[in-house]
Amino acid sequence: MTAPSSDSQPAAATPVPEAPHAAGTKKRLGIGAWLCMGWLGLMIVIAVIGPWLGLDTSSNFELKGQPPFWNGHILGGDGLGRDLFNQIILATRASIFVSFSAIIIGTVVGGFLGLISGYFRNRFAGALGSVFDILLAYPPIVLALTLVSVFASDPSGSGFQREMVVIISLAIVSVPILARITRANTLVWADREFVHAAEAMGASKWRILFREILPNVVPAMLAFSMLGIAVAIVAEAALSVLAVGLKADTPSWGNIISTGRDDLASSPNIVFSAVAVLFLTVLSLNYLGDVIRAHFDVKEAAL
Amino acid sequence: MTTTTPEAAVPNPPGSTPLLEVRDLVTHFRSPRGLVQAVNGVSFSLQRGRTLGIVGESGSGKSVLSRSIMGLNPRSTSIRSGQVVFEGRDISDLDDSAFRELWGKQMSMVFQDPMTSLNPVMRVGRQITESLRHHLDMDRDQAKQTAIELLRAVRIPEPERRLRAYPHEMSGGMRQRVVIAIALACGPKLLMADEPTTALDVTVQAQVLDLLDEQRRDRFMGMILVTHDLGVVANHADEIAVMYAGRIVEKAPTSVLFHHMKMPYTQALLRAIPRIEMPSHTRLDAIGGRPPDLVNPPAGCAFSPRCPYAQERCFVDAPALQVDPADPSHSFACHFPLESPDQVPPAKPMEVA
Amino acid sequence: MAGSGSAHLRSPEHTLLRVENLVVEFPTKGGKVHAVSNISFDLLPGETLGLVGESGCGKSTTGRAVMQLPKPTNGSVVLDGRELTEMSNQELRRTRLQMQMIFQDPISSLNPRRKVADIVAEPLRIWKIGSDAEQKAKVSELLTAVGIDPQVASERRPHEFSGGQCQRISIARAVATEPKVIICDEPVSALDVSVQAQILNLLEDMKERYGLTMIFIAHDLAVVKNISDRVAVMYLGRMCEVGPPDELYANPAHPYTSALISSIPLPDPDAEQRVELLGGELPSPLDPPSGCRFRTRCPRAQEICAQATPGLAAIGPDHYVACHFPLTEPAPVPVAQPVLADRPAD
Repeated sequence: MTAPSSDSQPAAATPVPEAPHAAGTKKRLGIGAWLCMGWLGLMIVIAVIGPWLGLDTSSNFELKGQPPFWNGHILGGDGLGRDLFNQIILATRASIFVSFSAIIIGTVVGGFLGLISGYFRNRFAGALGSVFDILLAYPPIVLALTLVSVFASDPSGSGFQREMVVIISLAIVSVPILARITRANTLVWADREFVHAAEAMGASKWRILFREILPNVVPAMLAFSMLGIAVAIVAEAALSVLAVGLKADTPSWGNIISTGRDDLASSPNIVFSAVAVLFLTVLSLNYLGDVIRAHFDVKEAAL
Repeated sequence: MTTTTPEAAVPNPPGSTPLLEVRDLVTHFRSPRGLVQAVNGVSFSLQRGRTLGIVGESGSGKSVLSRSIMGLNPRSTSIRSGQVVFEGRDISDLDDSAFRELWGKQMSMVFQDPMTSLNPVMRVGRQITESLRHHLDMDRDQAKQTAIELLRAVRIPEPERRLRAYPHEMSGGMRQRVVIAIALACGPKLLMADEPTTALDVTVQAQVLDLLDEQRRDRFMGMILVTHDLGVVANHADEIAVMYAGRIVEKAPTSVLFHHMKMPYTQALLRAIPRIEMPSHTRLDAIGGRPPDLVNPPAGCAFSPRCPYAQERCFVDAPALQVDPADPSHSFACHFPLESPDQVPPAKPMEVA
Repeated sequence: MAGSGSAHLRSPEHTLLRVENLVVEFPTKGGKVHAVSNISFDLLPGETLGLVGESGCGKSTTGRAVMQLPKPTNGSVVLDGRELTEMSNQELRRTRLQMQMIFQDPISSLNPRRKVADIVAEPLRIWKIGSDAEQKAKVSELLTAVGIDPQVASERRPHEFSGGQCQRISIARAVATEPKVIICDEPVSALDVSVQAQILNLLEDMKERYGLTMIFIAHDLAVVKNISDRVAVMYLGRMCEVGPPDELYANPAHPYTSALISSIPLPDPDAEQRVELLGGELPSPLDPPSGCRFRTRCPRAQEICAQATPGLAAIGPDHYVACHFPLTEPAPVPVAQPVLADRPAD
């Protein structure tokens, strides 16, 4: 074997001209994700501007229970003879406001508690974990019912107060669920070597929690909150149907469904229209939750 | 494909069909970045009772090659051509259900990580007996007896007791022995071992390699040993194929390869291994850079950007696998092989970083 | 002879790091795991100590205990004259600047969500070393030093790099605060041989450039020999043999060292290789054997090995072994069982 002169000097390492795997494969969103985002965007816009549109909410006896397209009313009339389309537009505000607020509160609080209970391995963290387990053992809708009836003992409260009660109740119900998800994810990430590396660098516990672990846990939290919002919209409707939700004079999808039940046989379009809007919103949220999870899934070994 | 087929030159015992013959096998994958040319025209043949070592860095296509032969690549994203002939029968176009008849009984595989290739919630005994009962229609007692014999054959102490153990109750070496026992259970003719010792300690590595060798001899199997370490195959393979960027770049019987190395890449792989006889702090001859991107392989010889002997021609003209005129058992893909008069001494030292 | 096992320690005024009688035990459901039992070693400035042994021998635990991650059950770790085991968490955090660690899994040791430049700058930011611009310049310098082009790499995330490149980034991060001691926990065992050589060379370069003192933990003896100035062989939480690599590998005195050395695969088909197969399994660290822990697998074991724990004793210049019957002496009369096996010839 002709040995090549291997007089390799220990020269200072020269940069190796090796590019990382070309192009950080940007994942593209499919048409479905865009449709869902479009629908949700529309709902949010309607929620914000709906009350300012000055829509006609007057009752008209003739319109009561009329089918869609009756006399220019696209969705017909509701049980009280109001334009159903206008009612659904106005109802969007309460439904979106209540569900988003509840889950935002739930995610922030639950996420924070979940992070703490997953990362710090002390007694407080252990106790917190047990509390979540106990709360989770309680059927969520029963818990929500109990909370609403405890908080809303004063029947004379304003519609806004009632909204707050529903928001807080749904938030409390969502906290242990979101905390549990966050905790499970935190446990997985807290044992990675980069966390040990950060400890070895002398990073403080909080810095590790928020800089190293949180960014890895957020996608799962977000995906789950999307589902949470969907569940909260349905839960708000369920509470309304059980007559403990928002005040009957606050238009919400739940209230429309609740009152529409009485006319289900004669004019099913009332319940059906509200359910369709609710269904599309929930579907969009669920789908987006999945998309978020897939989108942020870092491929650890890119081919 | 410009690959020549040097198989005709391999000294086969006359009149015998090889156990496995791979002809111009190509496997490409569709990926978001483009077509990954993982295996790009590979040909070789293997006789029963012999071991072929396939050596290359990660990203050389060696694992994809072994999975392609076994029919384990996802069909939906891969594009393949060429032939895989097993005992005279072309198996390259079989569907999964036809392959299922081959897996276990005719060919089986030992994977790198025994922890992930065993089912963590199933007792070891059941993992072995399951295929025995399914493939060989054994009854419960027969299967259990056979399993005990298999565990004994792979040198697991107290095999009766070990049948009741779960994988996590065993050490890494023991788990890999169990994986081997499962692979041997239905008496396969071809054993594919994909980095079987990479996850193991050195002491255990030697034992597992010896075990594979012994079983291959006793059961007269053909074995393919896939690894990134030339040290592993030096004493455990009859023939070695070195892969780079989805192609075989050098192939020869083991002793020929080590004594008359032709490819600069093979030499570089060998020199990168720290040797026990080297004095401490010996500077290692590392290969600079890394294997090429298989989506956009370089023009010319794929190794040229890292090759200390590369000349102009190497960057434009891809060398074909050619048979060494002096030794028909040896083939290589290089314009300026080692020991050839055309070769110029390296312009830069071997090491880049 | 059965003593403290500190005969191999050098004068404390010369050593940068001194570890004495280190004990690490974990309580588990099945009992107490004796991961590290009474280990002592020291490091001179600029020295590399190789810690070798099979998985389960406690070498990684030792490395982490030196870092106080977590604190050892017992024993002392003195860095530069300061006792680490008695420090408050706050003091310890500050002292960690002087000790860094490189881990086995190059991909898992980098946060997948952060950019390479942020990862390397993190220790500088934690300790607020330099202004933003200075930090940026330092990161470029570090990445260049480990052979990564900062312009290409800075804005990318770890998953776009190969294992070898990730390990380079880890090394850049580890030397960012210019620590005195670096503990490398199996830094090359997840890498291909070709990449392994690059990283070993790089570590030698970095050692020269930044004047590092290293503890290099690995199971591959050839790798350890290549990089170390002194090698310590561990078995089941104890130290078997300590010595300079060339001497230790040429004249192993402990039967375990000898078995380890013989099991390295030689990249040479003609090599007459005699593999001393170790019989049996590694005993459980829950209930380690009495006396010498290797006795259950040792071909030379005698009565006394079960009764007395051998201490480290000098058998040559700077060469110490913990064995009642070291290989430098003739075998005690009946060799228990012949475990020497010739590798079956093909």
